[in-house]
Amino acid sequence: MSDPLLELEGVEVRYGTVPALRDLSFAVVPGEIVGLIGPNGAGKSTTLHAVMGALPLNTGSIRLAGQPLAGLAPEQVARAGIALVPEGRRIYGGFSVEENLRLGLAARQEDGADEALAEVLSLFPVLAEYRKRPAGALSGGQQQQLAIGRALVAGPRLLLLDEPSLGLAPAVVDTVFAALATIRERGVTVLLVEQRARRTVAFCDRTHVLANGRLRTTLAPADADDTRALVAAYLA
Amino acid sequence: MSLVAAVDAQTLVDAVGLGAVYALMAVGIGLVFGVLRLVNFAYGQLVMAGAYTLAFTSAWPAAASIAACFAVVLALSLALERSVFRPLRTQSPAVMLVTTFAIAFLLQSVALVLDVRDGTIGEAARSLGGLNQAVSVGGVDVRKVTIVAVVVAATALGLLALLLERTTIGLHMRAAAADFRTARLLGVQADRVIGLAVLLSGLLAATVAVILTVQSPLVAPDFALKETIVVLVGVVVGGIDRLWTATLGGFAIGFASGVINGALPTDKSVFLPSAVFALVILVLLLRPAGLFARGPAVERV
Repeated sequence: MSDPLLELEGVEVRYGTVPALRDLSFAVVPGEIVGLIGPNGAGKSTTLHAVMGALPLNTGSIRLAGQPLAGLAPEQVARAGIALVPEGRRIYGGFSVEENLRLGLAARQEDGADEALAEVLSLFPVLAEYRKRPAGALSGGQQQQLAIGRALVAGPRLLLLDEPSLGLAPAVVDTVFAALATIRERGVTVLLVEQRARRTVAFCDRTHVLANGRLRTTLAPADADDTRALVAAYLA
Repeated sequence: MSLVAAVDAQTLVDAVGLGAVYALMAVGIGLVFGVLRLVNFAYGQLVMAGAYTLAFTSAWPAAASIAACFAVVLALSLALERSVFRPLRTQSPAVMLVTTFAIAFLLQSVALVLDVRDGTIGEAARSLGGLNQAVSVGGVDVRKVTIVAVVVAATALGLLALLLERTTIGLHMRAAAADFRTARLLGVQADRVIGLAVLLSGLLAATVAVILTVQSPLVAPDFALKETIVVLVGVVVGGIDRLWTATLGGFAIGFASGVINGALPTDKSVFLPSAVFALVILVLLLRPAGLFARGPAVERV
């Protein structure tokens, strides 16, 4: 196994006195797609925000390719090569589709911005079609593609996705997972937070189940068809 | 005798000039509000500091005096950003607003101490007095400074629009104003956009200082205080959450003040603030989200 790209070790995060993550440790190796599932309040989004530097760690450490991220502001983490597709998409509705994509370039450290934009527009043709339109006029699924495209133009080493299928119609969820499959083919390393347990377990190389801020168990794609294992992971 | 004299071309020209200056101040306040959610009550004191610089350097050549004004206001803006705005950035809007009150009083007191060294309060800024002369345009007397104010305001707003719409840093500033948290997660550098907003705001304050000292050359510690309060009201009336509605609000209240001032007979001019603020109340009753806001006042989600 190669050296981990992302490594969490004994991470604890508190909201006031309430612990949201307790002694959380896991790693993501380059090229891997790792899922993070669990009930509401399990700490999935908190994990992503802690990685982005948006929440301070109480104890523990988070490293990107061996370099500690502690104390870095979100914009510094983004520029270090971690892109987040935030929950609720958080696109700029009043800006054009193209402006939203160009905002994603803020974190890009390498040349080739034009090529990166062109690549995303070919990956999501609907964005090319509507590039001059206000992003707020796009449908939910199109906005999700925009949010993913905006993260990809940064050329991230690691892509974090926070519930990309939330609030989308089932047919649109297929589009989102199809986009994730394309991203996987391009070798981007992904940490995917989702509510759709079965689908996530089937899709990811490994899926961690969080409960009460702890890592409860880890499932393999084969477990996706094992309803007992899935239910047990949530209810144990 | 009618209370309201005819509103003539002369009045309209003066009102446009006043609106232009207020619009510049509104942009200066709106830019900082956009990225910091900070209502900078001390904005007028930045203008006042620039005005005193012009007064104290009255003996210098005009260009040097103006350069000194810009240097002082920009240095003061950046010092405030570093020492006050940046450390308080994560505090509540109320804390930041009260802090800017404190800064305003502090700067006024410092100005008073510097001013009374010669035994009198108030210093005259003379180096640009020539701009107060009028030229006749189509039978209407227009003070040169009015033309300067309108041209400078139009140019400054045009350049700012270009910066915001056409450049990367402008895109980053707009994104930070719309949703700062997400902008930072995307890699937009908070310190850079805030620094630039404060810098631009300072440039506008210095510009306003130059224009206002031509219009009213006697500089006292409360210089630009009344204007700031009126502009703050105008910004809120226009809609503070977007830059162009804030700017229009500033222009509108300046223009309205100018027209009402022209319409009121000279012996009734003490009623100007009453008339202006009655108008403000009326607007806020009819359009609580702001004069230029789209639709009703709803919380955006």
